[in-house]
Formats: sequence, C-alpha cells, structure tokens
Amino acid sequence: MKLSYYPGCSLHGTAKEYDESTRAVCYQLGIELIELEDWNCCGASSAHSTDEFLSNALPERNLKIAANTGLDLLVPCAACYSRMMTAGKENPSLKPTVKIRNLPELLREEDNFNRIREQVKTPLEGLKIACYYGCLLTRPPKLTEVKDYENPQTMDDLVSILDGETVSWPYKTECCGGSLAITHTDIVKRLTRRIIEMAMEAEADCLVTACPMCQANLDTRQDETSRDEGKEYNLPIFYITELIGLAIDGKKSGRWWKRHFVDPMPLLNSKGLI
Amino acid sequence: MKRHLTNHSLDALVARIGKTDVLACYQCKKCSAGCPVSPDMDILPHQVIRMIQFGMKERLLNSKTIWLCASCETCTARCPNDVDLAKIMDVLRQMATNSGEPLGDSRVPFFHSAFLSSIRRRGRIYELGMIAKYKLKNREFKKDIKLGIMMFLKGKLKLLSSKIKGKKEIKDIFSQVKKGVIG
Ligand code: SF4
Ligand code: SF4
Repeated sequence: MKLSYYPGCSLHGTAKEYDESTRAVCYQLGIELIELEDWNCCGASSAHSTDEFLSNALPERNLKIAANTGLDLLVPCAACYSRMMTAGKENPSLKPTVKIRNLPELLREEDNFNRIREQVKTPLEGLKIACYYGCLLTRPPKLTEVKDYENPQTMDDLVSILDGETVSWPYKTECCGGSLAITHTDIVKRLTRRIIEMAMEAEADCLVTACPMCQANLDTRQDETSRDEGKEYNLPIFYITELIGLAIDGKKSGRWWKRHFVDPMPLLNSKGLI
Repeated sequence: MKRHLTNHSLDALVARIGKTDVLACYQCKKCSAGCPVSPDMDILPHQVIRMIQFGMKERLLNSKTIWLCASCETCTARCPNDVDLAKIMDVLRQMATNSGEPLGDSRVPFFHSAFLSSIRRRGRIYELGMIAKYKLKNREFKKDIKLGIMMFLKGKLKLLSSKIKGKKEIKDIFSQVKKGVIG
C-alpha cells in the first residue's frame, strides 16, 4: 500500500513523536508513505474563525497537490483531517479524486489490522488504557461519517489486539480545549484535569490519543495541575502509533518517550514492557 | 408553511453563510448542556440561537462566547434539529472580525491573527515566531516560559523557520482576504 502523507505543522514540531511513530509503524506494516510535496498549513481553527474563503483555500491547495499523485492522503493530525475533509466537502470536484484517511481508521482496516495482530512481539499485557478520541476524529458525524461517534471503538479495537486492557469510561469524546491552551490556559487546565481524573477513576494506567493537540494539552499541563491541586497527576499520554510501535517493534520507541512531559518509562518498566 | 425572511436579517445571513436553519431550534438546551466551555461563556449556545432569531447582532458580535467556543462540534453533533452551532460560531467570529468593532475577547483574536500571519509569510506555522508575536501583542511574556524551554529541549520547537516553495500561491490566497483582518 502506498499513500500520500500530510504531516501538518504539529507533526513537524510539537508532535514529532507522532510523526516518528507513524512512520515506524507504517514501515513495519508495509505501508509506503510519500510526504506531500511542498504542503502548506491547513489553517487550523484560526482560518475557519477568521475567514470562510481562507479556511477552504488553504487545505484545498494541499488537496490539489494530492490529487496529482493519484494516491489516497493520510492525515494523522485529527485537526488537519477535519479541515481537509471540510474543504473536500466544500469543493466536491476534489473529493472523489482524493480519499482522505485518518490514522485509527486506516490501521483498523482489515488488512492492516491483521498484519498488526500477526506482528505483535511485546503484548501490552497488564497495561490498562483509556482510549481518548477527542473531538475531530468523530465529529461532526455528518462530515466524518462515523456512526458510533458518542462511543467510538477504532482505537479500543487496536489496543485490544495488542493485548492491552481497555477501560470503559465516559470521557472518550470530551473536549480538551484545543487551541485555547495558549489564550485561556485556565479553561484548558480545568478540562484536561477532568479528563485525566476520569481516566484515573476508571483505573487506567495511561491514556491513548490520535490528536496532537489533545496529547499536548493532556501531557504538558499535569505538572502545573499537580502543584495547583496539591495532588499528583502523572498519567502518561500516548499516541496510538506509539503503543502499536512498542508492541510490534520496541527497538525504536526509546526516543519517542524522551519527548513526553509525563515520562512513560516508569510505567512501561513496571509492566515489563521495556 | 414557508417562513418568510428578509435578506438582511441576521438569521438569513447566518443561514446563507452557515447553511443551517436557526429557526429549526426549539430551545431544548441540549447544545448548552454538553458544551465544555459553557461555564465560562457570557451567552450560552442555545441563547446564541435565540438571539440570532431576534436579530441581536451587536450583542452577539461583542460577546465573549464566540471566542471561548473551542469548535469541539459537540453541539452540532447532538442537536436534534440539525442546527449547526459550531458553524454558526464560525460565522459570528468571522462577522465580528470583519466588523472592525471592539471584540469581546482580545486574546483569541490576537492569537488567530499571529497564527495566520505566520502562515501568510511562510506557508507553514513557525511556532516560536508565532508565539513571540502573540505574547508581544498581549504582553504576556512570563507565562509558559518554562514550558517553552522544555519543548525546545525535547526537540519540539524549531529555532529556525522554514518556508515552502509555493509562497506566491499562499500570498495570492491571502490577498483575497479583506485587508486589516489579519495583522
Ligand atoms: S440543541 Fe439544537 S434545538 Fe436544542 S437548543 Fe440547541 S440549537 Fe436549539
Ligand atoms: S462547538 Fe463551541 S459552542 Fe459547541 S459545544 Fe463546542 S465549545 Fe460549545
């Protein structure tokens, strides 16, 4: 399988470990990723909050480049994915030529799913995982065509074939506050604390996501929240590709963990996974 | 019965841009019940819809609510009448930005402006430059400095910016946006 790959600005910066683990997992599964030539930023929430034309024109430039490759377009960032899908819908001439794919759905496809199952070398036995989907992978369902948008399952299924234990919890699709992290940090701290507390109440050891903004908001604020609340918050926040990568080929994973704020090594050590 | 709307009314405007019918709302408040930032808003999502029906344009465009909305799409996904609230919030933000009037929040519009000017210049986001610009405008130098340094040490912030080859195409796209909207 060969795909065009749109990393977006996050995977080239704050979500570098998502980029690295995505490339590593796809390589292992025989999925060839070809980075989209001269891609540009999708505009994110700033474009759709400011100007309607801009919000479509920026992703459209990428879709046009992708259309020329004749390949499906993999967009691992949930926020970029949503912008590309929206632009594709607004300009139907582009959509039939470019199929836009998000990562959990791609990996959940029968062939890839089976390949992951066959390749598991380090089963994630004993690791209790809260699957967190956030907003834009599933919503709005009219755009994403996800049916179980209040209780999605793709990442739960993926974690299960790695032999990890998924917890049942009600905050799978709650919002982390997204880009308010810089402008209204207090709101993001309140929202992320609630999500982490709920995962802990469900007795999860860690949380897994497929969105760079969710990962950053949940991972980077726990230190501060611990100080504010006088209570320890220390829940590792993984990307789905990091857990798959760890299970099928642990060798490269060391450098991903170093990029986290909440260090996942003590947990992985205690479960005998590294 | 066909509802009659004048072209200039706020609900017609929202309907045209947002492709959604605010008159379908029956005020069940499901949108507000599920909204993650409703405790911080000055006008709740279901009230936004009511105020659009009443044509209370100024009050809406001056509100904090439109800037605190995190675009999480929960309201849109749950509305029993298919009112696309998240899109309506976009339309209201766009109208407010274009109005040239004082806005109900300064930080979020500053952020969007810094973010977009970074794209206009390079085609991609240069985080360090973008955040520095935002902080300069907003006089928030101390906040999150430690976080920034940690990010850098973890290889997540680049010191140098890079530009895409298609800068001209990006410039052309931005030239179609009304002047003064992006700083
Ligand atoms: S959920 Fe829909 S119908 Fe109910 S109050 Fe909100 S906009 Fe109106
Ligand atoms: S999209 Fe905005 S208004 Fe709707 S639920 Fe999310 S934050 Fe609230």
